[in-house]
Amino acid sequence: MMRLELVKRPQRSALFSALSPFIAFALTIIAGAVLFALLGVNPLTAFRIYFVEPVSQVWQLHELAIKAAPLILIAVGLSVCYKANIWNIGAEGQFIFGAIFGSAIPVLFPQFEGPLVLPLMLLLGMVGGAAYAAIPAFLKTRFNTNEILTSLMLVYVAQLFLDWLVRGPWRDPQGHGFPQTIQFGDSAVLPELMPDAGRANWGFVFALVAALLIWILMGRMLKGFEVRVLGSSPRAGRFAGFGLSRMVFFAFLLSGALAGLAGISEVSGAIGQLQPVISPGYGFTAIIVAFLGRLNPLGIIAAGLVLALTYLGGEAVQSALGISDKVARVFQGMLLFFVLGCDTLIHYRIRLIGLALTKQEGAAKLDAAPKLKEAR
Amino acid sequence: MDITVNILLTIATAATPLLIAAIGELVVERSGVLNLGVEGMMIMGAVGGFGAGYLTGSPWIGLLAAIAMGALFSLLFAVMTLSLATNQVATGLSLTLLGLGLSGMIGTSFVGQPGVRLPNLDIPGLSSIPVVGKLLFGQDPVFYISIVLTAAVMWFLFKTRTGLTLRSIGDSHTSAHALGIKVIRYRYLAVIFGGACAGLAGGHLSLVYTPQWVENMTAGRGWIALALVVFASWRPWRVLAGAYIFGAVWIGQLHAQAFGIPVPSQMLSSLPYLATVVVLVLISRNKRLTMMNTPASLGQPFVPDR
Repeated sequence: MMRLELVKRPQRSALFSALSPFIAFALTIIAGAVLFALLGVNPLTAFRIYFVEPVSQVWQLHELAIKAAPLILIAVGLSVCYKANIWNIGAEGQFIFGAIFGSAIPVLFPQFEGPLVLPLMLLLGMVGGAAYAAIPAFLKTRFNTNEILTSLMLVYVAQLFLDWLVRGPWRDPQGHGFPQTIQFGDSAVLPELMPDAGRANWGFVFALVAALLIWILMGRMLKGFEVRVLGSSPRAGRFAGFGLSRMVFFAFLLSGALAGLAGISEVSGAIGQLQPVISPGYGFTAIIVAFLGRLNPLGIIAAGLVLALTYLGGEAVQSALGISDKVARVFQGMLLFFVLGCDTLIHYRIRLIGLALTKQEGAAKLDAAPKLKEAR
Repeated sequence: MDITVNILLTIATAATPLLIAAIGELVVERSGVLNLGVEGMMIMGAVGGFGAGYLTGSPWIGLLAAIAMGALFSLLFAVMTLSLATNQVATGLSLTLLGLGLSGMIGTSFVGQPGVRLPNLDIPGLSSIPVVGKLLFGQDPVFYISIVLTAAVMWFLFKTRTGLTLRSIGDSHTSAHALGIKVIRYRYLAVIFGGACAGLAGGHLSLVYTPQWVENMTAGRGWIALALVVFASWRPWRVLAGAYIFGAVWIGQLHAQAFGIPVPSQMLSSLPYLATVVVLVLISRNKRLTMMNTPASLGQPFVPDR
C-alpha cells in the first residue's frame, strides 16, 4: 500500500504556480494518448489532426478566434466571481439571455437600420446577461439561497425559454417552419476584422479588451483588492468595511454582463440569427478556462485559445477519423481535473509513503515504548 | 381509480432516481464533503448500465454495472478532494463536465439501440389485488431498493455508532481527527457510497424509466438531487418527501403537456427547475434553521497534521 501525504509549504510555491497549467496540459496529453490508443487510433496521428492541423492555415486561426472569444469573455467575468468565492456556474444561461435581449432589436424592428443598431444591441445584450445574473445574486443576498444551485437551474430555464421564442413568437414566418428567427440585417451583424483573411469578428477584440480591463481592475484598483480580501477571508473583509452583499451583486452583474456580451456577439457575429441552440456549452467550458488561466485575466486569454483548440480538434478528429466529437468534452474535463490536482502542488509538498517506511515507523515506536517506561 | 393508480405509479418511477441520488449525497454531505458531481456520476451510471445491459442482455448485470460505474467515477473525486485537498466545488463541477463528455463518447454507438428493461415485481395473488396490489407489490425492483435504502441510511446515521462518528466528522473534522478518528478513510467510504447511489439512480433511468440511451438523459436530475438535500435539511425522511414532491411536479408537467393545456410546452418543462429554485428560497430564508442543520465543515478541505 502506498499512501499520499501532504505537507504544507511555508509559502506558496512561485515555481509551481507558474508551472502547474503546463504540467496539467502535459498530463492531459498523456491521458489523451491513452484514450486515442484505446479507441484504436495511433496517438501521434490523432494529435497531429487534433492539435496541429486545425491551426495550420490563416483562416483556421480566425475560426480559433471565433471560438475563443466567448470563452475568454465569460471566463474573465467568472474569474472575478471565483476570486471572491462566489460560485456563478450559470454563465450559459446569462449567455443565452444576453443573446435574446440583444436580438430583440433586429428581430422586432428589422426596418431599424444605421450605425446605432449594433451598439444598442451589444448594450442590451450586457443588460440581459446582467439582469439574468441578478436573480441568483438577489436570492443569495436576500434569502441566503445557495447560488450554485439557483444559477445552474436557471440555465435550463433559459434554454427552454429560447427554444420557445424561436419556435413560437419570434419564428421567421418565411422560414419554411424552421425553428429560427429572421436573418439579421446588415447593420445588426458584427463586422469581420479582416474579411479577406477569415471570419474572425470584433467579438475577439471585445474579449481581449475585457480581459485587459479586468486585469487592471483586479491588480490596480481598490475594487479588485476588495474582491481578493472578501474571497480569501470574509471576516477580514467585514472588518475592513467591505460589504459582502454588495460584492455578490458586483460579481454576478459583472460576470453576467460579460456573458451576455459574449452571447449577443456570438449570435450577431458568428450565427446571424437566433436558433434553438446557440452555444456548444461555452458557459460551462469557460469555467475550465477560468481555472486553467489561474483566475488571472491574462492567463485566461491563453487558456481560452487552448480550449478553443479543443473544440476545433474535436471537429477535426470527427471528420478525419470518425471519432465522436464528444472527445473534445472529455479533453476539457480531463484538463480541468489535472489543473485542480496540480494546483495542490502550489500549497503542498506531496510525499509518497510506502509500506516499508510505515513499518519502520512502527518499529521505531515499539523501540520507544520501553524507554518511556524507564523514564517514568 | 385506475388512472389515479397509474399516475401514482409514474410518480414513484420519476421520484425513485431523485431519491436514490439524494440519499447518497446526503451521506456524503453528512461526512462534510460537498460533491457537486452527482449529475456526472449519474450519467456515467446511466451509460454504464445501458451498455452492460445491452451487451449482455441482462438488466440485472446492467444495474450492477451502473452502481460500479458510479462508485468508480466518484473515486476520482475522492482522490482529488481527500488525498490532494483540491477545492471541492471546482472538483465536483469538473466531475460533472467530464461525466457528461465521457458518457456522450461512450454512448455514441448506443444511440437508437433498443435497451433492456428491469421487469416489474409480480407476486402471484398479491400483485393483482385491486388498487394497492400494483402500488405495493407490482413496481420495479429499484423502487423497493430506494425505500429500503432510505430506511437503512436513517438507521445508520442516527442509530449506529459508526453513523454518529460520520456525523461528528461532518460537524468538525479537526475534533474528530484529534479523537483519533480516521477522517479521510470515513470520507472516502462516504463519497464512494454516494457515487454508487448516483450510479444506481442513473441505471434506473436507462434501465427502467426510459430503457434506452439518450445523451444528457439525466436532464439536471443530479442537480435537483443536490437541491433536495438542502431542502431536506440533511434529514433522510425529508429527502423521501421532497423526492416524491418533485416526482409529482415532473409527472404533472408531462401530463399537462399530453392533455394539450394551452401553455407552451417549454414553460411546463421548465417547471421542475423553477420549482427547485422556489423551494430552495423557501427553505433557506430561515437562516437560523439552515445554519443549525448544515454540517459545519461542509465543503472545507481537510489535511491531517501529523
